This record gives sequence, C-alpha cells and structure tokens, in this order.
Amino acid sequence: MTDDINKRIMPEREADNRIKDFEEVALGISTEQAVAEAKRCIQCKKPFCVKGCPVEIDIPAFILEIAKGNFDAAAKKLKEKNALPAICGRVCPQEDQCEKVCILGKKGTPIRIGYLERFAADWERTQKTGDQRPETRDRPPDAPKMAVVGSGPAGLTCASELARKGYAVSLFESLHLPGGVLSYGIPEFRLPKEIVRLEVEYIQSLGVDLQLDVLVGKTITIQQLFDEGYKSVFLGAGAGLPRFMRVPGENLKGVYSANEFLVRVNLMKGYKFPEYMTPVKIGKKVAVIGAGNVAMDAARCSLRLGADEVTIVYRRTEKEMPARIEEIERAKEEGIKFVLLNAPTEVFGDENGWVKEMECLKMELGEPDSSGRRRPVPIEGSEYKIQVDTIIVAIGQTPNPLIPHADPRIKTEKWGGVIVDDKGMSSIPGVFSGGDLVRGAATVISAMGDGKQAAIAMDAWVNSPK
Amino acid sequence: MPKLLHKEKLADNITLIKVAAPRIAKNAQPGQFVVLRVSDKGERVPLTIAETDPAKGEVTIIFQKVGATTKVLDTMKVGDELVNLLGPLGAPAHIKKLGTVVVIGGGVGIAEILPAIKAYRAVGNKVITIIGARCTDLLILKDKIEKESDELHIITDDGSCGRKGFVSDILKEMIEGNVKMDLVFAVGPVPMMEVISNITKPLNLKTIVSLNPIMLDATGMCGVCRVIVGGHTKFGCVDGPEFDGHLVDFVDLKNRLSTYKTEEKQAEEHVCKILGVKI
Ligand SMILES: Cc1cc2nc3c(=O)[nH]c(=O)nc-3n(C[C@H](O)[C@H](O)[C@H](O)COP(=O)(O)OP(=O)(O)OC[C@H]3O[C@@H](n4cnc5c(N)ncnc54)[C@H](O)[C@@H]3O)c2cc1C
Ligand SMILES: Cc1cc2nc3c(=O)[nH]c(=O)nc-3n(C[C@H](O)[C@H](O)[C@H](O)COP(=O)(O)OP(=O)(O)OC[C@H]3O[C@@H](n4cnc5c(N)ncnc54)[C@H](O)[C@@H]3O)c2cc1C
Ligand code: SF4
Ligand code: SF4
Ligand code: FES
Repeated sequence: MTDDINKRIMPEREADNRIKDFEEVALGISTEQAVAEAKRCIQCKKPFCVKGCPVEIDIPAFILEIAKGNFDAAAKKLKEKNALPAICGRVCPQEDQCEKVCILGKKGTPIRIGYLERFAADWERTQKTGDQRPETRDRPPDAPKMAVVGSGPAGLTCASELARKGYAVSLFESLHLPGGVLSYGIPEFRLPKEIVRLEVEYIQSLGVDLQLDVLVGKTITIQQLFDEGYKSVFLGAGAGLPRFMRVPGENLKGVYSANEFLVRVNLMKGYKFPEYMTPVKIGKKVAVIGAGNVAMDAARCSLRLGADEVTIVYRRTEKEMPARIEEIERAKEEGIKFVLLNAPTEVFGDENGWVKEMECLKMELGEPDSSGRRRPVPIEGSEYKIQVDTIIVAIGQTPNPLIPHADPRIKTEKWGGVIVDDKGMSSIPGVFSGGDLVRGAATVISAMGDGKQAAIAMDAWVNSPK
Repeated sequence: MPKLLHKEKLADNITLIKVAAPRIAKNAQPGQFVVLRVSDKGERVPLTIAETDPAKGEVTIIFQKVGATTKVLDTMKVGDELVNLLGPLGAPAHIKKLGTVVVIGGGVGIAEILPAIKAYRAVGNKVITIIGARCTDLLILKDKIEKESDELHIITDDGSCGRKGFVSDILKEMIEGNVKMDLVFAVGPVPMMEVISNITKPLNLKTIVSLNPIMLDATGMCGVCRVIVGGHTKFGCVDGPEFDGHLVDFVDLKNRLSTYKTEEKQAEEHVCKILGVKI
C-alpha cells in the first residue's frame, strides 16, 4: 500500500484497449487484496469512518467479515444499511466521505472502504453463494400504502426502507427503465447496467411495486395519489433540468446538453444504432464544456463512439474541477485533452447549420466566490476560435421543475430546489423529498441518505396522531 | 403493458388506434400528447392524444406512417401490447371562447387537429377547418373532421381532391374576403406553419402553432426539443407543444429537425428489412 489516497490499487483495463468499447474499466480487487486490506483496519471502537458515510454502514463490522473470509456475511452486513452496495462501491466519492475520515488516513493511507464494499457486493452477486433473497417480511394484507416518486438512488432507498418497515410501497418512474442517473447518466463502462438491474430487482424482491411510465404531476397528480389511498409521498425526481451556456449558436446541430447525449448513449443505447433505434451522432472533434463527473462521462463516451479528439473546456483550473480525481486521471489516460481557464463565448455553424467553430475567452482566477473557489475572470481581448464539430454542454443540472409546476403548493428555492424541513417534509404535509431534487446535483450516496431519513420520517408521520 | 384495443385504417397512410391507458385517459387535456415505444430497442416517439374515453380508460391516437417507428406501429394488431406509453405530456391548450377559430392541418398535422377542433367548438367557437395534403391521405379522416367542424375546406397540392393549391391560399382568400377570424390554429409541416404565421403576423391575428421538434424523454430532461420563442429558449415537450406562431424562430426549428435525416433513413431501412416490407 502506498500513502497516496488517490493511488489506484484496483486493476483496470489498459487505456488503449478500453476506449474501444463500453465494457467496465475498473476490474475490482482480488480476494487476496481484499483480505489484506481488510486486515489493515484497526477496528476502531468509535469509528470515524461511519460518520463519513451518509447511510451509516457499519464499516468496521463488514470489514471484519472480509478479514475473516466471510464474504457473504460482509455483503449481508452492508445490505443492512445500504440497499445498493455494488453501486456505491463503484461511484461513491469515497475519498471525500468515509475514507476521508478514516483514522488511518491521519498518518498514512486510509482503508479503501469503497473497494472493499464493491468486493463484497460483487462476491455475493457473482458467486451466488449468499442468501440471495432478502428477509422478505410477510406484509399484512392491509399494510398502509406509500408512494415513492422517481427511481434514482433516493427513491430506490426510500422505497426499500419503507418496504422493510412493512408498508405497501409503489415506486413510480417516468422513464421506461428504473435507476435514474444510474441508468441514463452514468455510462456502462463505469457502472454496468446489469448491476443496476440486479440491485433494482433486489429492491423489488422486498415487495416494492415498480411502475414505469408514470410521470407524477401529469399521469397522476400528488392529490390523486392521496385520493388513491397513499398515506405519504416521497419525491425523488432528481436534478434533471440541463443548464445551457446561453451563448449565440447554442442551438446549432451538433450541440448537445450532456443529458441528451448521455440519455441517447446510455438509456437508449445509441452506440448500437440501428439495432437500437435511437441515433446518436458524434463528430471528429468534440468539445465538452465543464469538468464535473458528467463532463468526464460525456467526454469518455465521445471517445468510445469514435471521436478523434475530445477536449474538456473548463473555465477554472484543475484544482477546482468537481469530478472525482480517479475519473479525471482515467480521462487523461484515455487521451482526453484539457483546456483550462477557458470559457466559450459563441458557437459558429457551417452552411448546413452544423457546428463548425467555437469561440473561447481566456480566464484568470480572481477572488474566491460564494463556493470558496476562486472566481474565473475573463482576460479582455483574449478571444480565439477552435475547430469543433460536436459540443457537449455539461455545466450542471438543476432540480426538475415539473412536479412543483404541477402542484404549486410545493415551495422551492429560487434555484429550483424543493424546500424541506429537518425531517425532509416539503410544504405539503405528508409529502417528503430528498436527493438531487432538494440539493441540486449532488451525489448518489447523499441521495440515498436522504431517502433513508425520509423513510424514517414518513413512518413516524403516518403513525403520528393528526 | 398497454394493449391495443382497436385499430382502424383511416387512409392509405393514416391509422387510428385505441390503447388501454386508464390514467392517461383520466387526466389528458386537449393539446397534450403521449410518448410510446414499439419495441424494447425502439425510439421514444411523440404522438398527439386525439381522443380519450375516461370511462373505458381508452386513449385514441391517429398517426401517419412516415418512418421506422410508425411503420412498426402500423403492423401491430388488436391485442398486441406497446412496450411503453407515457402521458399525458406537454402543456394543455388554452381553449377559450373567442368567436371564430380557423383550424389548419397539413400533412401529418391532419392527424393532430381533431382534438383542437373539438375543444374549440365545445366552448362555443365557430370552427372553420382547412386541411391540405395528398388526396388519398384524406379520404376517411375527411369525414371525421367534416362532422366536427362548422365549415371545411379541402385543398391538395395537385388538385386531385378538393381545390389545387396550399392551405395558406385559402387562408389568404378568407382574409381578403374579410371573414371574421379571432384565432388561427395550425399544425403541419414547419414550412406550412411558418407561411401561415407570416400571413397573420402583419394583421396581428393571433396564431397558435403546435410544434413538433425532435423529442427524447419528453419530460423536460434533455433539451433536444428546445425551440426559440420570442428570443427565449423553451422546451417543446413541457412549455409546448403549442406556441405563439408570431414569436417562433422557424429557421432554427427547421435546422434542428434535420439533425438525424440520414439516421432516420437508416433506421427505416433496418426496420423494413426486419419486417420484410418495402420502404
Ligand atoms: C453523468 C453523471 C455522472 C455522475 N457520477 C456520479 C458519481 O460518480 N458519483 C456520485 O456519487 N454521483 C454521481 N452523479 C450524481 C448522482 O448520480 C446524483 O446525485 C444522484 O443520482 C441523485 O439521485 P436522485 O435519486 O436524487 O435523482 P436521479 O438519479 O436523478 O433520479 C430521479 C428519477 O426520477 C425520475 N423522475 C423525474 N421526475 C419524475 C416524475 N415527475 N414522476 C416520476 N418519476 C420522475 C427520473 O426519470 C429519474 O429516474 C452523477 C450524475 C450524472 C448525471
Ligand atoms: C408533440 C408532438 C405530437 C405529434 N403528434 C403526432 C400525431 O398525432 N400523429 C402523427 O402522425 N405524428 C405526430 N407527431 C409526429 C411524430 O412524432 C413523428 O411522425 C414520428 O416521430 C415519426 O417517427 P418514425 O420513427 O416513424 O419516423 P422518423 O424516422 O423519426 O421520421 C421520418 C420522417 O418524419 C419526419 N419527422 C421526424 N420527427 C418528426 C416530428 N416530430 N414531426 C414531424 N415530422 C417528423 C422526419 O423528418 C422524417 O422525414 C407529433 C410530434 C410531436 C413532437
Ligand atoms: S456507501 Fe459510500 S460513503 Fe458509505 S461506506 Fe460505502 S463508499 Fe463509503
Ligand atoms: S476509521 Fe478506518 S481503521 Fe477505523 S474502523 Fe473505520 S475503516 Fe477501520
Ligand atoms: S424532449 Fe427532452 S426535454 Fe423535451
């Protein structure tokens, strides 16, 4: 083990090879690696790591099982608190959460909790030795009905927690596949869809009734849910509204929002067109605007679709890039170029309305802004043009406004976030919310933490005298 | 999965289907649409809700065979199931009593104007309908539309049915003849909606167009359906599909609609090969 927290000890496919397909990049640690790593954990009496995990996994306990070679028991321990361990083990920003506060990190390398989590979950799935079916509690036939809206990590977690508490849970999803960003956003090579499918199946096996093609607010209103006998509602509709740059030329052909591009690629499997009927067009020279996880994913998908040159254009410096360091490194290895301290100002098209050029303005860093990051300041007169034929705008998403629009009783912040109290309840009594719909674009695990807290609060609310 | 309850060929290229969709039937309002998929590898395709029967839980869709998805849809039989059906989508139409409403449908648009005709008439408007296309496309739909309208004008490009010319010719004549009009509502190919909006704009005659940008999720999440209206970017699937024709940037819309021309052809060829039919 080395002392660098960002050193990747997990085996992965060579860059030259992996950019040719959408297969998973990181391969998972070996049994020997896992046991050795688990044995490093000093089993703290007051484990800081657990405080760093939004769903409060009993980290020392599951690690101890791995150290003892009881991998199924480790998986079971994980699932007590986290219904989606194979997913979190892959996409959780561990370096900013549980691993950041691990005591061993004070002097040396923290325990690679995320890798171990992935290891145990993958073991259970692939070896099929474990107790596949969860403790499905016999639900009384008159169990109260609960509605969960949105099947992203927030909704999936809330639904599974409510089902475990004995409620009859309906999980409504507007798209034709469950999973939210896990299905339509994060690409196959980072999170295989088969894993999402199996983890969703696991949640269904707890008794959750998944109903696809239901857009709450349109197909059925919140009021109609209550009229149909649902006792409480959780809104986990996510932050799906794409932000655009608002520069001239942004509507030209060849300019995508990252959401459109990733939906075409991941949800609709556009990379298998025409067998899959939704096309996705990629040019030779692609510019991706932004430097978060979404931007890295879009850039790496572009490469896999056959682009010759993919460039990340970001208005701050590498230090401020919000993406996980691991993913930035992988993007670099794959040959993605980074143009930092640059912001697009205009897009130009050819005679057929396709993107041809992009004008950028150079930036320098000024005073810190409200986020604590130094604000990019334009350098006057520094405009120049670069040749591109595809532009993917990945500068952020805001909470989905559809439900608050459909039911104005739901109060939102100016930027769109649904306002909730400390129990996660919105301005409509009995209607709770969490995840990206409340926080703005955040993380899988924070959405799961919210879903879990909401389930506890919904249980209490339904049982409180009114 | 939503079952096909009824299927009827209205014309050479136009088919009417009724699908079981109780929740959609209950909440749908004029101006709204559904998105459907015909296979688990299929595209998400938007189609207007032509009629609903909330009591029976049925939704009627009228579609024109133009490409891959609509061709597959046309091969489906009563009892078959759609893979997905999502709706009702889009903002409901603002139907008000205004006096006389001229409803214009061209090409594919003819399949979409029926709910508007009914809704405007139901609140007490006089509805004058103008439809234009190839003759064979109209034969049966014509009767349905005639029944629902106060007045019907038919015009075809080649004069094979009704008069020869374009729907806009009739609108112009009506304007020259000082026919009193309070609203124009037009659905059809973009150039048609553009021409009509250009005719009515100098007269300040309010004109609503139902736009058909490319759509993907149709829930406001991807932005592919963005259109410029009055200088602002709007999402066709949630802010529309109906917009003030005088404010729409048609040049932008036409450009964006042509994004996947090559791929649409490819998909159609692919599907026709599987179905064993000629394009
Ligand atoms: C490309 C990309 C990469 C990312 N990478 C990472 C990463 O590596 N690590 C990490 O921690 N986070 C990552 N994130 C962020 C993370 O995915 C989100 O924070 C998380 O998914 C939020 O979960 P959620 O349940 O709140 O919402 P979502 O995952 O957005 O799910 C919301 C669901 O609700 C559905 N819905 C919306 N409206 C309605 C309605 N009216 N009725 C019914 N259903 C509705 C949507 O279709 C969707 O399925 C990434 C995000 C993106 C876009
Ligand atoms: C809100 C909305 C409501 C609609 N309602 C109806 C309806 O009630 N009945 C109906 O027949 N059609 C309707 N359309 C159009 C319909 O969605 C398209 O005809 C359909 O997507 C074609 O799919 P396809 O795979 O069969 O053909 P594609 O291969 O996708 O397209 C084949 C041909 O149709 C053209 N086309 C593609 N998309 C559209 C579009 N959105 N509008 C117009 N032409 C298009 C293409 O340019 C191409 O020439 C509606 C569209 C929208 C956006
Ligand atoms: S879920 Fe995330 S934060 Fe919690 S232990 Fe696993 S990797 Fe750490
Ligand atoms: S803080 Fe680190 S060493 Fe302590 S229990 Fe947690 S993982 Fe183990
Ligand atoms: S179709 Fe995706 S936002 Fe309208």
